[in-house]
Amino acid sequence: MTSRHWRNPLRDDRDKRLPRIAGPSGLVIFGVTGDLSRKKLMPAIYDLANRKLLPPGFALTGFARRDWADQDFSKVVYEAVREHSRTPFREDVWRQLSEGLRFVSGSFDDDQAFDDLVTTVADLDRVRGTGGNHAFYLSVPPSAFPTVCRQLARSGLSAQNPEQWRRVVIEKPFGHDLESAQELNKIVNEVFPEESVFRIDHYLGKETVQNILALRFANQLFEPLWNAHYVDHVQITMAEDIGLGGRAGYYDGIGAARDVIQNHLLQLLALTAMEEPVSFHPRALRTEKIKVLAATKPWEPFSETTARGQYTGGWQGGQLVPGLLEEGGFAKDSTTETYAAMTMQVNTRRWAGVPFYLRTGKRLGRRVTEIAIVFKRAPHLPFDSTSTDELGENALVIRVQPDEGVTMRFGSKVPGTSMQIRDVTMDFGYGHAFTEDSPEAYERLLLDVLLGEPSLFPVNEEVELSWRILDPVLRYWEKEGSPEPYRAGSWGPESADRMMARTGRHWRRP
Amino acid sequence: MIIDLPSTTTSQVNKKLVEIRETGGAVALGRVLTLAIITDDGSQAEQAIEAANDASREHPCRVIVLARGARKAAARLDAQIRVGGDAGASEVVVLRMYGPLADEGASCLVPLLLPDAPVVAWWPLEAPKVPAEDPIGKLAHRRITDAKSERNPVRSLEQRRASYRGGDTDLAWTRLTSWRAYLAAALDLPPHEPVTRATVTGTADSPSTQLLAGWLASCLDIPVRRVRTSSGQGIVSVVLERRSGLIELVRPDGQLATLTQPGQPDRTIALPRRSVRDCLIEELRRLDPDEVYEDTLEALSKVVAARGSVTTAKSSPAARSAGRRTATSAGSTSRAGDSDGAGGAGGRKGGAAKSPGSEPTASEGTSGRGGTAKRGTRRTTGSATGAAKRTGARRSAAPKPARRGSVGRSSRGESSLSRGEDTPPTTEGTESG
Repeated sequence: MTSRHWRNPLRDDRDKRLPRIAGPSGLVIFGVTGDLSRKKLMPAIYDLANRKLLPPGFALTGFARRDWADQDFSKVVYEAVREHSRTPFREDVWRQLSEGLRFVSGSFDDDQAFDDLVTTVADLDRVRGTGGNHAFYLSVPPSAFPTVCRQLARSGLSAQNPEQWRRVVIEKPFGHDLESAQELNKIVNEVFPEESVFRIDHYLGKETVQNILALRFANQLFEPLWNAHYVDHVQITMAEDIGLGGRAGYYDGIGAARDVIQNHLLQLLALTAMEEPVSFHPRALRTEKIKVLAATKPWEPFSETTARGQYTGGWQGGQLVPGLLEEGGFAKDSTTETYAAMTMQVNTRRWAGVPFYLRTGKRLGRRVTEIAIVFKRAPHLPFDSTSTDELGENALVIRVQPDEGVTMRFGSKVPGTSMQIRDVTMDFGYGHAFTEDSPEAYERLLLDVLLGEPSLFPVNEEVELSWRILDPVLRYWEKEGSPEPYRAGSWGPESADRMMARTGRHWRRP
Repeated sequence: MIIDLPSTTTSQVNKKLVEIRETGGAVALGRVLTLAIITDDGSQAEQAIEAANDASREHPCRVIVLARGARKAAARLDAQIRVGGDAGASEVVVLRMYGPLADEGASCLVPLLLPDAPVVAWWPLEAPKVPAEDPIGKLAHRRITDAKSERNPVRSLEQRRASYRGGDTDLAWTRLTSWRAYLAAALDLPPHEPVTRATVTGTADSPSTQLLAGWLASCLDIPVRRVRTSSGQGIVSVVLERRSGLIELVRPDGQLATLTQPGQPDRTIALPRRSVRDCLIEELRRLDPDEVYEDTLEALSKVVAARGSVTTAKSSPAARSAGRRTATSAGSTSRAGDSDGAGGAGGRKGGAAKSPGSEPTASEGTSGRGGTAKRGTRRTTGSATGAAKRTGARRSAAPKPARRGSVGRSSRGESSLSRGEDTPPTTEGTESG
């Protein structure tokens, strides 16, 4: 946006108060009637406006197959903002934002609708001063990507020129295996160059995830222990207590591994296991992530190192919930897994021999995402064997959500006359130390799209590497038939526990 | 929970704090700093505490209020501890010091500081001459003053410059962060031409206006004109001149601003005056020396006062286009002398504090401000809701009759009315204006 040799005299690196406000720009959301758009995107845009991080004159255009006028759309946004925004509602901020709301009605194969969109965008450039800078958010199923991309190219909306930017934002799933991901990347990259493609993995927008890098690389305390000498194994968990009611269309045939492990958990693994980047420049960061993903492989044999399950109905937290097969929309003989666990190895000097256990599931005990680094036991314990009976392994747990923070677990003497050692925890809660309302992940990511800051977005190479890691497991599972049932509200199928017990380990109860 | 400890010592206070922590569970987890508020005993203290409690939701801290009571009384220390719902996410210790103790705040503060955590001192009222050499200031890593509540707000900046040490900061500086952000963002866009001239307009008693002018002078390395106006609140407008035209950011009513740039449509920006709570939160976010503030203070000498050309962005009832035009004229008068002025608002050169009473909007502005100015000499702008409520009440009550009379700005008039009702008082600006 700014020419290379020009420096804004009003900006100063030492001036840490000045927020970076995005330059003149607009956002077009395809599939604006969807849940994500109403619950996350619209509130995030309002919150950004309220925090004064959006350019004055920002424009939000909705595109969907509804017979709406701008006012109807404005009402929908208003309701979404009132209901879901994080920051308090302010009339003047809303008024400022609502002046930039537009709606274009039409379906994706309708040339006329896209011509209307061209007119709308050009009009916004004139009236709101969006300066020809537009981001297109494809909040649509991947099957619609080719059509939308083709339309954007045909209508000239995707045309790049040095003075203006056009960016595209896409959401997971990025394909369902390596081949389809490559295909998808090809389609998108035909229209938008890779540096204009922003793949949203909302986990990467979370403060706690970014804090992994701070914790590791800003401290002297942890990094010396961050290797196979001291670490016994790593557990990365993302558990949800909700079921899949109403999501059959998306989920049936996809399953937990494709839905969560391919993107979120492998990204968390990459951040946990990667080497120190030479700088925090997006390219340096990406280099390290790609390196570690390229060194990662699933541990074989899969019959012993993986587990998958499907929840059955039952009582969960005071509610009688249906099993997956009884949920509306799922085939009665669906073999879609709702629980997936697998073992990864990272073949580098730092991590040789350390298993990384990844697990995710629906209808588990509670909603939690965490990374647990479990340390080896002390090589020698100069105590009576009875006094260390209750001592477990030391652990460092990064709690990603909810209750963001870091927990350390270590042994301590139980007060009393005898030497008794028991595990205690030491706690750092984000909410205690910095109550600064942590911005929602989507706020951060949308702002980064508008600023053109790519650090927190995986590139196509990362996506393809992730599929390369996951594909062998998926192929093995396909031959295995039905997943093992587990009761709603439990911590997954028994095979998952057996998989850990085989090496004398066990899952943490998060 | 509020616990009173009359006629006590700091070691008893400390003991009580530990006791509360043990019985009440993890009340005192993760406090990241100690905030010392130095104030007089009285209502100002409560306002400051309230702002600090709000700020503590973002920065959990131990707040120690050093309230100086009557110096003639016998030496006595009264303490009050507040935790839980009465203290936001902080724990508050109010120390009321009487007699000779009143001037020995530092000795009461030392035993209560959190171990190994930074100390921030905040003077919501008048600050010591050299904050860094004040006994309490010496203990602090960061010293927050508020020029707005000094007897002479603008002149006090001179004192700030003379006494500056790394770690000093002033809420008058914090109040203009959003202005600076928008101006910087405006310059991000092409054409990337040098700024040749800059004019900042604001009320006569607004130190933030002065600092904004200083900041521009320091960054752009050009003399900056500072124009005084009698209407509007605080900062009213900024005009940057470049070869291709003017960049103007004009806020006639203290709420909504308009940004005008060549080749770009006008843009409306919600730019309300910031509350003390907001400013305090921003201040506590960074605890390292603010070098840009230092440079700004240094550059105050480059600010040229331009008393003669009083152009008021709000003086004409003919809506905001006139406001913009007047601001433009503030820029152009520097070239064309003091001629012409502001079209509709022309002929109004009455001097900084006066405007004809016949004109409803302006007169309302002036009388309102007159009241403030008188109290403003000793007002605790620094502090929270009490002041804010007064301002807010005055603001939502007063404009109605005036606005009804003004033609052509009806739509905007309505909008600010409804805003007055919607906006909670705490978010109103408390900068007196």
